[in-house]
Amino acid sequence: MSESNIINPENLVYDKTSVMTDRVLHYCPGCGHGTAHRMLAEAIDDLGIQGDTIGVAPVGCSVLAYYYFDVDMQQAAHGRAPAVATGIKRTMPEKYVFTYQGDGDLAAIGTAETIHACNRGENILIVFINNGIYGMTGGQMAPTTLEGMKSSTSPRGRDIQSMGNPLKITELVAQLPGTYYVTRHSVQKPANARKAKRALKKALEYQKENKGTCLVEIVANCPSGWKMTPAQSNQWMEENMFPFYPLGDIKVPSE
Amino acid sequence: MKELRLMKGNEALAEAAIRAGADAYFGYPITPQSEVIEYLMRENPADRTGMQVLQAESEVAAINMVYGAAGCGKKAMTSSSSPGISLKMEGISYIAGAELPCVVVNVVRAGPGLGTIQPSQSDYFQAVKGGGHGDYKMIVLAPATVQESVDYVRLGFELAFKYRNPVMILSDGIIGQMMEKVELFEQHPRSTEEPEWATVGKKPGKDSVIVTSLQLQSEEQEKVNLKLQAKYREMEKNEVRYETHQCEDAEYLFVAFGSCARITRKAMEMARKKGIKAGLIRPQTLYPFPVKAIHKLAKQVKGIMTVEMNAGQMVEDVRLAARGEAPVEFFGRFGGMIPSPDEIFNAFEQKMIGG
Ligand SMILES: Cc1ncc(C[n+]2csc(CCOP(=O)(O)OP(=O)(O)O)c2C)c(N)n1
Ligand code: SF4
Repeated sequence: MSESNIINPENLVYDKTSVMTDRVLHYCPGCGHGTAHRMLAEAIDDLGIQGDTIGVAPVGCSVLAYYYFDVDMQQAAHGRAPAVATGIKRTMPEKYVFTYQGDGDLAAIGTAETIHACNRGENILIVFINNGIYGMTGGQMAPTTLEGMKSSTSPRGRDIQSMGNPLKITELVAQLPGTYYVTRHSVQKPANARKAKRALKKALEYQKENKGTCLVEIVANCPSGWKMTPAQSNQWMEENMFPFYPLGDIKVPSE
Repeated sequence: MKELRLMKGNEALAEAAIRAGADAYFGYPITPQSEVIEYLMRENPADRTGMQVLQAESEVAAINMVYGAAGCGKKAMTSSSSPGISLKMEGISYIAGAELPCVVVNVVRAGPGLGTIQPSQSDYFQAVKGGGHGDYKMIVLAPATVQESVDYVRLGFELAFKYRNPVMILSDGIIGQMMEKVELFEQHPRSTEEPEWATVGKKPGKDSVIVTSLQLQSEEQEKVNLKLQAKYREMEKNEVRYETHQCEDAEYLFVAFGSCARITRKAMEMARKKGIKAGLIRPQTLYPFPVKAIHKLAKQVKGIMTVEMNAGQMVEDVRLAARGEAPVEFFGRFGGMIPSPDEIFNAFEQKMIGG
């Protein structure tokens, strides 16, 4: 096959989804946010719901997510995305509504909004990026930071006695009758990313049926915050994050 | 069809929201304004107009639900009382920054802190000077009657959409709790329009809509600030509202707003009976403030006294407006205490006439 042949449409093996814009991502090299964005965008694309989707961006590294998803989006105050999404969904019930939030946003400052949106069973999708750290503000401890893990506000490692335990908020909201589908994934390898996309797609499909809140957690790396190379951070994630935050379904529809 | 009813101030606000064609109300209970959400839940406007009502988990959540609905171009309202309004301030700042329309009602009680559930006007500064962070303004309407509470809900939505800006109705525990005769305006249909700035789903061939208050570059943020400031100057030009009583020949001027203005009017009438030519100006918009009207009257009178149910807040704006043309004195009761006309008149005699 000649070089000019390769770009012929019939020879395409992969195409960037049109649900992502052409803007250059501002994320650090190797950061999990970019792949997580793409999986969500592809899920929206596959379902053909680009024009019917409204997203909510958080405060955190993904605050500018609205530049990358080519769907209508609102930017919410730190932690308030589930409340903003509630306001959207209650007045636009026929739209697909998602929030995209980091662990500080969702599990610290926004804990009340997260739990109550889930408890009401708001028909929204919550995409939860758990990288165990505050990326945007320069690597401070998050509610999900592992025991002994170093951050700029736990320089000697997280001490459970004085700093509390890492919070498994995903398991927590799975207890609530309002949640319908709660699952944990990752995107560091193609196989993982494909599984994550399938979960996101399923969650959006459930939304059409008004089944209740769906939460898809994506355990992700933060090479900058963790002070590692992208490859090191993925390995560290597999060895340390996955044992504490095991991948897989936490709550699945019972039918 | 217009309709006469005897209604409690808070319930009238709620009914007015339904009739104004509101799409949604989000709130959290707090005395003395819980009747707003109680009335809405009883009335179940979803059946009447399709309006959505939700009791949120907090005032923080409620104002952010308003943000979400307003971002979709919907008419959304929330209400609370002082401690709850403090919690909403971050959200109000975001709404002002993202240029979204909404109506926020504060049925003021006395503070600071948990304070008391009794009526007060001690949130004047918070309402007109910002309250939340950043250089922003919201139009502040101050009803003195249950009737005005009703009319200001409709007017509030009109102004909120005209300027794409939050509007606050600064009521208080007296107006919220008392019953008066009101004329209710006819039911307005809920809007089916989709403003081009609203997130309603990306249209093919058009750019996606983004609702945000974020600008990472200082140059861009300054442009946003300048645009907002230009909008505020427009509001100051077009939206000043006030009422005057016996100001034509006044030698002394009372300034008071809301429920306190009704009591002050009695004191003004007492002065008139004693042959003192007193008048009253009642700002109906606290922002924009009737600066010009007060400046003009200041040139005419020997002295001005503001009467407030706080420790002296609006008096600062009255002094700025008077620009030294007349001495400006203050009388107030606070902590939930309501001044009597006698008290006001005595203070007026002492401070203004010389006692
Ligand atoms: C009310 C408020 N408090 C604090 C901040 C500062 N802040 C910005 S992002 C952030 C943490 C974000 O961390 P996370 O949600 O884990 O997202 P990440 O950046 O790791 O993707 C904080 C504390 C803020 N913007 N607003
Ligand atoms: S700081 Fe961390 S989370 Fe943020 S973009 Fe960089 S790697 Fe990603």
